[in-house]
Amino acid sequence: MAAPTRSTVNGSAGHSENPSTVQTLTIGKAINLGLRTAMESDDKVIVLGEDVGKLGGVFRITDGLQKDFGEQRVLDTPLAESGIIGTAVGLAVRGFRPVCEIQFEGFIFPGFDQIVSQLAKLHYRTQGKIKVPVVIRVPFGGGIGAVEHHSESPESLFAHVAGLKVVSCSNPVDAYWMIQQAIDCDDPVLFFEPKKLYHMGTLKAPVDTTVTPTPLFQSRLLREGTAATLVGYGPSVKVCLDAANAAAEEGTELAVIDLRSLSPLDLTPVFESVRRTGRLITVSEAQSESSLAAEIATRVQQECFYSLEAPVLRVTGFDTPYPPAKLEEYYLPDLDRVLHAVDRSLAW
Amino acid sequence: MSSPEQWAHPEPGDATAATAAKPTPEQVIAGLRATTEGGADLTQLLTPEGERIASPIFDPYVADVDAEALRELYRDMVLVRRADREANAMQRQGQLGIWVPLLGQEAAQIGSGRALRPTDMAFPSYREHGVGYARGVDFRELLGIFRCSDQGGWDFKEHGFHPYTIVIGNQVLNACGYAMGQKFEGKVGNTDGQGNPSETDEATIVYFGDGATSQGDVHEGFVWAAVYDAPLVFFCQNNQWAISEPTERQSRLPLYQRARGYGFPGIRVDGNDVLGCLAVTRWALEVCRNGNGPVLIEAFTYRMDAHTTTDDPTRYRLSDELEAWKLKDPIERVRVHLTRNGGADAAFFAEVDAASDAFAAELRDYCFNMPDPTPERIFANVYAEPSPVLDAQRDEFLAYLEGFDGAEEAGSEAPGVVKAGER
Repeated sequence: MAAPTRSTVNGSAGHSENPSTVQTLTIGKAINLGLRTAMESDDKVIVLGEDVGKLGGVFRITDGLQKDFGEQRVLDTPLAESGIIGTAVGLAVRGFRPVCEIQFEGFIFPGFDQIVSQLAKLHYRTQGKIKVPVVIRVPFGGGIGAVEHHSESPESLFAHVAGLKVVSCSNPVDAYWMIQQAIDCDDPVLFFEPKKLYHMGTLKAPVDTTVTPTPLFQSRLLREGTAATLVGYGPSVKVCLDAANAAAEEGTELAVIDLRSLSPLDLTPVFESVRRTGRLITVSEAQSESSLAAEIATRVQQECFYSLEAPVLRVTGFDTPYPPAKLEEYYLPDLDRVLHAVDRSLAW
Repeated sequence: MSSPEQWAHPEPGDATAATAAKPTPEQVIAGLRATTEGGADLTQLLTPEGERIASPIFDPYVADVDAEALRELYRDMVLVRRADREANAMQRQGQLGIWVPLLGQEAAQIGSGRALRPTDMAFPSYREHGVGYARGVDFRELLGIFRCSDQGGWDFKEHGFHPYTIVIGNQVLNACGYAMGQKFEGKVGNTDGQGNPSETDEATIVYFGDGATSQGDVHEGFVWAAVYDAPLVFFCQNNQWAISEPTERQSRLPLYQRARGYGFPGIRVDGNDVLGCLAVTRWALEVCRNGNGPVLIEAFTYRMDAHTTTDDPTRYRLSDELEAWKLKDPIERVRVHLTRNGGADAAFFAEVDAASDAFAAELRDYCFNMPDPTPERIFANVYAEPSPVLDAQRDEFLAYLEGFDGAEEAGSEAPGVVKAGER
């Protein structure tokens, strides 16, 4: 298989019918293949994180990369998240394109200072003289029955920081392309991966490595609908689609939009859909207060004020720390909570 | 003087053993002596009295420094001090928002800065005006930061001088990553055809203070540089004070001794001895370039002025201390040495003084005439890639500002609008 060139990643390659370029992959395998492809096409791409080498990461997302690219391109780092981010900044200044793995989202905070103070601001501080093309991969979200700090959704904290870009994939095709596009981006990118879905066999999908991918910072309408619009990202996209399928059986057509990019937000498809449906429900595992869901609601009321038939509703985690996992089924948005919100919206 | 081992390892069951919170009187005295005198392990090539001390280890690293070279180091220090004093004065006159004086640290900065090759990289904190000068950065370019007109605009690659980092300790990890990159690119440990170290090998130096040594990022930097053998010189200017907190609030141990715990060499040099700083830094860079991994240098110096122009050191330290350190002035000892040994005459010193006054006048003129940035600057270069969202915010705000033009001409404010930003 020929490694795609940069222009492929940027979406200028033609379409190919060659079936050998299609592999059926889980999200986890798709990210792995995307990383491999990026490393093959640019020797400045290096991977660093805890246990990413021999072990292949605790989720095996970097499986096999150190074996094939060596210890200087796949670094098992000391256990220090500020060190991972802080050295990645320096490596980027030197001309590398580092891809950091944070083992679980709850462990990113020792590196938060470097992300906010250096990674996000160097380009602005130097007025473009220094670029820091660093990708930080972050497995996030709950539903895996884990102990504390292993199930959180802190993406809004990063979307709030000027200078960072934040994306999240929800399916294998996006996972394959988006990781490469994030690596190719000259800005720092937080790449949130839905860990619960990494190895979910039912989400396996054929990934054609030769098609033209959707640009990284665009959202995508996954399903047309007339009754209400659902917006999700990462793990909540599956919840939205499940809810839409269930509603369709009862004759209610719900539109579903996968945000994909959390910063910058591409809300044009959301506005267009809300103008048709008049109703919007945002779905996310994160807490609702001061969240992306709140930002979306604000923008929709600015852009679609006269189209709205009901207030924008949010189906999210509660405004609490993530609870003990025995309670997470109550905490996480699921099909029933989404449909309950749809009913409330329709009854307004 | 008691040894650090004694402080750190009380005998089991010894109820009277000292702790960090409650040292014995002897330990207090020992600690004070260590602070003011630099301790037994202080490397010094030029005493405060201007006497050259022979050093079998370090003399070869400054064998090329003849009278002319020493005069140039002297000139560097005088110019940098003069510029520093001028900037301090301009802050007092309201021309700078703040100034971060380097007074007293000229030798540490010029000595180490002049030890670097053009291909080496330096990561400063925010007081390294002297290092910047040694790296060829126009001193005027530093002023924008403190006038709050910009955040540092020099050519970082060309000068091998990274932007100032204000968050304490952050730059240590960034420098470590850069040094790891030098190593990954094969820029260390090479030899030329004759088996001599290659002239194209590179190293990185990172500057931080005694206060920063308490930061996690600095410790992580020590760990990372050590395990990756990164060609990184940790240059700690121990100026004895982190704003109001003395070094004793950061460490039980002399700072250079920390290196041992991380597995690389640590050395304390007289930070007021420009020759010593030059020699020790050249040595450390050589260790790094040869592929032996990091070195910690503690340049034992003194912050002779306030932390910044907003600080008032009279609240926390005795003027006696400053008077004692004035006797160890980094510039005066070079002047005495040059004079005694016939390395310079009165005309030279007069010429340097005149040059430094001219340099200061240039700075002053530049600073007074520095244009303010335009509002577009707020929105520029947040991202490397175009940002339609920010473009829209900018356009909306500029249109809003334009609404005031007519009102100003009419001599009144726009109705209902008090301040920009109140929307």
